[in-house]
Amino acid sequence: MLFGIEWDTSTNLTFAISILPILLRGLWVTLQATVLGFAIALVFGLVLALLRMVPLKVISWPVGFFTEFVKNTPLLVQLYFLYFVLPDFGIVFPAFLTGAIALGLQYSGYTAEVYRAGIEAVPRGQWSAATALNMPTVLTYRHVVIPQAIPRIVPALGNYLVSMLKDTAILSAVTVMEMLNVANIIGDRTFRYFVPLTMVGGLFLVVTLISSFLVRIVEARLPKDGIPLR
Amino acid sequence: MDDLQQLLTPLLRGTVVTVQLAVLSTLFGGILSFAAGIGKLSDNWLIRGLSVIYIEIFRGTSLLVQMFWLFFALPLIGVSLDPFVAGVAALSLNIGAYGAEVVRGAIQAVPVGQYEAATAVNFTRRYTLWNVVLPQALVEMMPPFGNLVVQNLKDTALVSLITLTDLTFAAQTVRNLTHESIPAFTATLVIYFILAMIFLAGMRWLERVIARRVGVAHERARG
Repeated sequence: MLFGIEWDTSTNLTFAISILPILLRGLWVTLQATVLGFAIALVFGLVLALLRMVPLKVISWPVGFFTEFVKNTPLLVQLYFLYFVLPDFGIVFPAFLTGAIALGLQYSGYTAEVYRAGIEAVPRGQWSAATALNMPTVLTYRHVVIPQAIPRIVPALGNYLVSMLKDTAILSAVTVMEMLNVANIIGDRTFRYFVPLTMVGGLFLVVTLISSFLVRIVEARLPKDGIPLR
Repeated sequence: MDDLQQLLTPLLRGTVVTVQLAVLSTLFGGILSFAAGIGKLSDNWLIRGLSVIYIEIFRGTSLLVQMFWLFFALPLIGVSLDPFVAGVAALSLNIGAYGAEVVRGAIQAVPVGQYEAATAVNFTRRYTLWNVVLPQALVEMMPPFGNLVVQNLKDTALVSLITLTDLTFAAQTVRNLTHESIPAFTATLVIYFILAMIFLAGMRWLERVIARRVGVAHERARG
């Protein structure tokens, strides 16, 4: 029994049907962790990307190093680091929040690169034209650069969202009750791992296929020549 | 000094296991990438179908789920894998599926004119693939392959969850031994970062070698 739901181990089929609602509870946690983690990655990645573009080496260099470091080290170790080290400083978060922060941190390295590449892909002539029109930098960003960068940035961010969804399984290592952890607990209690683990694989496949499809729809609907900001 | 030794000895031992896993799964993953990437473009519906199914399953589910499935679920239908074998298998199958899309994309990016020219001089399809298309596509594949090699290196950390004593497992051991988290995990992150930089440098070197080889081949063809 888990979350007050009993399972029926008489046959594989009845077992699968009886544990489906339990796994769906886990899936809900998986989705929540993805949404929170991605929100953190979107905001923190933007901060990293902007700081890296500051023309002061004292700022841009350490930020660049941090971005590379976060991108090139394993999520699991970053997760352990936050989970075990933060309490040493008196910061105690629930495992779910620590997990979402770890996801957000790892992916902020990727989103920072996406923002930077998207902005750099705007042709130099656009900057020159804005300068010729005596447009201040802030207005150039707002009305010229960012509107043209968005159609390049959004599809890449979408791919990372799908990728993060799959990485949430790693949060099971620090006791977060997401889908894989729920399946493991069912396995531990019934000594039947095959059915729950296979179902988790199937559920992940369904969710990633749907989300990839949604990302592609959004991508197709984006106007290629830019989105005007008001 | 003793403290440092107590910290570094297990970590370095774990690093050896991590490097073995990363190298082996990169090699097997590379082979799978070409098999499935070329297979997805095959005229044979069976080969194409199997390639698509393999790629979608391994790209569409979590690596950790795949690893647990191979390690915990397979024994229940009579196939028991050693943890090292299960780890290498899961890592290779996973990175191979991502690599297959890189191979397919690079092959499709070779200009149509190259195929037309090969047909015009009466090359067989196999000869065209190996001697005209793949050498050109290989140069395009190298930068994304570099990213995948680092991705795979980072993914090896998950084998610590199926009892393998890799670098991440060693970090936990050191933490339990010294009762201190910061030195253990900081040192571990730094080692992973250095390894990633070494792997990336290796891939860049390979990229230059391949670019030069293909360049030379072009020269000869022209001469």
